[in-house]
Amino acid sequence: MDNRKMQQTPGQTIGPYFAYCLTPEGYGRKGITSNVLAGPATKGEHIRITGRLIAGDGSPLDDALVEVWQANAAGRYAHAADNRADVALDPAFNGFGRCQTDKDGRFTFDTVKPGRVPGQGNRLQAPHISVIIQSRGMLSHAFTRIYFGDETKANDEDPVLNSIEAARRPTVIARREDTPGGAVYHLDIHMQGDQETVFFDA
Amino acid sequence: MSDSNTYLPRDWGLQPPYLYEGYKSTVERSPRKPLVPLPQTLSELTGPVYGHDAVREIDSDLTKNGALNGQPLGQRIKVTGRVTDENGRPVPNALIEIWQANAAGRYVHKVDNHDAPLDPNFFGAGRFLTGPDGRYTFRSIRPGEYPWANHHKAFRPAHIHFSLFGPSFVTRLVTQMYFPGDPLLPLDPIFLSIPDVNARNRLISRYSVEATDADFALGYEYDIVLRGSKATPMEG
Repeated sequence: MDNRKMQQTPGQTIGPYFAYCLTPEGYGRKGITSNVLAGPATKGEHIRITGRLIAGDGSPLDDALVEVWQANAAGRYAHAADNRADVALDPAFNGFGRCQTDKDGRFTFDTVKPGRVPGQGNRLQAPHISVIIQSRGMLSHAFTRIYFGDETKANDEDPVLNSIEAARRPTVIARREDTPGGAVYHLDIHMQGDQETVFFDA
Repeated sequence: MSDSNTYLPRDWGLQPPYLYEGYKSTVERSPRKPLVPLPQTLSELTGPVYGHDAVREIDSDLTKNGALNGQPLGQRIKVTGRVTDENGRPVPNALIEIWQANAAGRYVHKVDNHDAPLDPNFFGAGRFLTGPDGRYTFRSIRPGEYPWANHHKAFRPAHIHFSLFGPSFVTRLVTQMYFPGDPLLPLDPIFLSIPDVNARNRLISRYSVEATDADFALGYEYDIVLRGSKATPMEG
């Protein structure tokens, strides 16, 4: 039954000038978060996630905001709606990060690999990160996810990945590269075209 | 997981589409393939939480938080309103972040090269939380209109950007607040992209004598409605 009493407020574009408020590190100010989610005390495998945002004509989205939200390494979200006491919170991990893309459209996050969390029907989902993309030229924000290419078995049984047509699944699965500094995952986000990233109606 | 925790969908009859050709930058940046339905799991029903340690009193007063050697120029304003959900329930402890141009229509931003003066006493950004009743209040300077490259003689109507999370990742909302009587609104493709005229007009704040600070600032009211719970709330 529909219990709507009021209509939701429409969104509007974030525009090109949000940095002083949302990603102010470049101006010598501190925001509520940054693109560094994990500190030395954070438990789990420390990883870097990086990629580029690419427009339909191949140009980089050089003024976009990428926001990520994820569970900790044990698979627990730092939020009251995740009240599973048997999965430990990590006091050194909040799970929210923001990055403004650079002139090449690149975003980078330093974080930990999230653990698995339950999804529909209490089936475990593959490790993933929730993503919101916004920029000048986007009137509404776009939801996507980042999965991990080395989680083949978990990915194969993930209900969300399986709801995507097979040819498009690679658009949300990051490629792992092992470097001397640790694991780096690569995933480009394409707004349009043959490789258009899967965006969700969440 | 109980259905009682999930949120009503984004209402695409009210929300602007990704592609709106009057706003030229959408042409190359809009997703074109149909969105894939995503069930709301713990990943969607949780979200960033920022409490009182994230905000200081001065963060909600843009007439003071950037002051170096005096007061910012321009008309002082006070903006207040309520954040509720579609079910009409207040959304307490919601973090709101705002940013805006100064009175001359210039942002503090490396790529804003509009030839209008910066104000040494104004940087145009703030953040604050809603109270237990969903109400918020901040003070600022009325932002100026400014030109943009969308079309010949294009100027954006005066606006303040609002960013909210609400209770979860899927209740995220970034929008803009406009001012009543602005002659640029009927010409602005960003404003006009909202398909429903009533929803569009709800982005226009109301001048309010009640909200006005006597001898100090003009008052405006601006309410925000986030996505609500899908299930009927239990009463009592």
